[in-house]
Amino acid sequence: MENSTILEIKDLSVSYTSSNKEIKAVRGLDLAIRQGETLGLVGETGAGKTTTALSVLRILPEVSSSIKSGEIMFEGRDILTLSRKEMREIRGRDIAMIFQDPMTSLDPVMTVGRQIEEMISLHTDCDKKELRSRAEAMLEVVGIRKDRFDDYPHQFSGGMKQRVGIAIALSCNPKLLIADEPTTALDVTIQAQVLNLMNQLKEKYRTAMILITHDLGVVAEICSSVAIMYAGQIVEYGSIEQIYGNHMHPYTEGLFDSIPDIEEEKSELKVIDGLPPDPSALPAGCSFSPRCPYATDRCGESCPDDVQVEPGHIVKCILAGKK
Amino acid sequence: MQGRGNSKFQETWTRLKKNKVAFASLFILLILFLIAVFADLIAPYSYSEQNLTNILQKPSSEHWFGTDQYGRDIFSRVIYGSRISLSVGFVAVGVALLAGGILGAIAGFYGGRVDNVIMRCMDILLSIPSVLLALAIVAAFGTSIINLMIATGISTVPSYARLIRAEILSIKDQEYIEAARAVGTNDFIIITKHIIPNCLAPILVQATFGVATAILTVAGLSFVGLGLQPPIPEWGSMLSDVRAYIRGYAYMMVPPAVAIAITVFCLNSLGDGLRDALDPKLRN
Repeated sequence: MENSTILEIKDLSVSYTSSNKEIKAVRGLDLAIRQGETLGLVGETGAGKTTTALSVLRILPEVSSSIKSGEIMFEGRDILTLSRKEMREIRGRDIAMIFQDPMTSLDPVMTVGRQIEEMISLHTDCDKKELRSRAEAMLEVVGIRKDRFDDYPHQFSGGMKQRVGIAIALSCNPKLLIADEPTTALDVTIQAQVLNLMNQLKEKYRTAMILITHDLGVVAEICSSVAIMYAGQIVEYGSIEQIYGNHMHPYTEGLFDSIPDIEEEKSELKVIDGLPPDPSALPAGCSFSPRCPYATDRCGESCPDDVQVEPGHIVKCILAGKK
Repeated sequence: MQGRGNSKFQETWTRLKKNKVAFASLFILLILFLIAVFADLIAPYSYSEQNLTNILQKPSSEHWFGTDQYGRDIFSRVIYGSRISLSVGFVAVGVALLAGGILGAIAGFYGGRVDNVIMRCMDILLSIPSVLLALAIVAAFGTSIINLMIATGISTVPSYARLIRAEILSIKDQEYIEAARAVGTNDFIIITKHIIPNCLAPILVQATFGVATAILTVAGLSFVGLGLQPPIPEWGSMLSDVRAYIRGYAYMMVPPAVAIAITVFCLNSLGDGLRDALDPKLRN
């Protein structure tokens, strides 16, 4: 596997403004992804996963959000300093996105074929015939018969729509694919199909992928490394073996503990006490400390530094490596 | 599974066909259109040909609707009148839709200050009574057909702008717009190819009602003498001309009045039918 870093996010902070309150959605996030790697971005609702993804494509809502600081280096260029036109060229061609809900992410009044064609025509200069044949080929890649080309999204099932979404995202052979909870809206059997498909295509096209999810099972299936997000920060980062075998952060521990064990007889699920903090009024010090079973006085004083416990395994906790 | 290429248009068309009144209205409107286009062939006499030896005739086989105070054939004048009424109605709405559409789309899509400026201007326009505004425009710039179209169109611009802005506000946050952005489309393509086709249904309905209103406004303007100048026939001005003869020759009033009524009724019921046909909640 080549080890060149394709995307590197440095100290990214994104805030939303809502009725004059600043909501810190992402706070000082660092992340790197290498070619061909699949990174799982895991966290609760509101942890800033989607905001991070939208920042990479620079499609955050312009009115209410702002990127406070940081750099997003994509192939050596800082995305945040590019012009709108340069950015449009990167979107789709270099970085593509698969959206969460296939029911709403396709335009209901445009045939699916046209929607794939639109993507291809934006980034290549094919003539009409070639455009159609490439779009048809993409449909077949994701396992949809090409005679469904002229059908509208409402004539497809949820799983097929998501496959159309994948076809659109992959049609220009992007270097980085961001999948924002691609299987959340699908039922379990279809989930497996879609994940398999994504896995195969990722291998075939050697695309790097950021998979946003809150399903640790999905991560285990296709990711090579994992970043656990909590309240806008990455609290633990490591390879899949490191995270699943030797997780260190109390929040990660809580996440794993909350997965029910089929062997055990239990009437109640184990949960992490408390709620995620209000992003407009974050606690001082470690943002997880109010819910942390191991919290000490020191945790409330200052934000913990990243601790590298083994090569490539980073934990944001003062207890890391001491337990 | 539904058949191939079962587009929204075809679906709407099948449902519209089931609505008898709306479909009949569409049919009648088509006939009216053909009459307007081929007025030269259909009308037995010229609309301006006077025959002072043959004035105020009752309907007969020679003059189906009789003749007016100058001996002109009323049937021919109603036929020619359809040209003016329909074209003014449709063009006025077209102009209003275009102007209101562009303004509303920009306001809704970009929001913020642009939105504020555009919509406050629309509010100002809306605060002037529409008939008064139309009267003022025609009185100031003269009574040409173009001015008439602008006068009837301009007062409806704000309602289209508002409608389209509201539609765009609800559509622009949909995930497929975000998805379109994520594949690298620019704002123009997003508005024209994704947003507008998605908000076409309510606009189409509003526009059909608008044509009916515009025809009535033109008829009203003509009635008070600010419509087209004689001898150009227009349904409203024909009604206005008849006023002096209404006691003795009431039959003269019927043809233009019925023509206006039929056109407006058909447009309204077509609009109703379209609304039902386009409403996804009523689909079965």
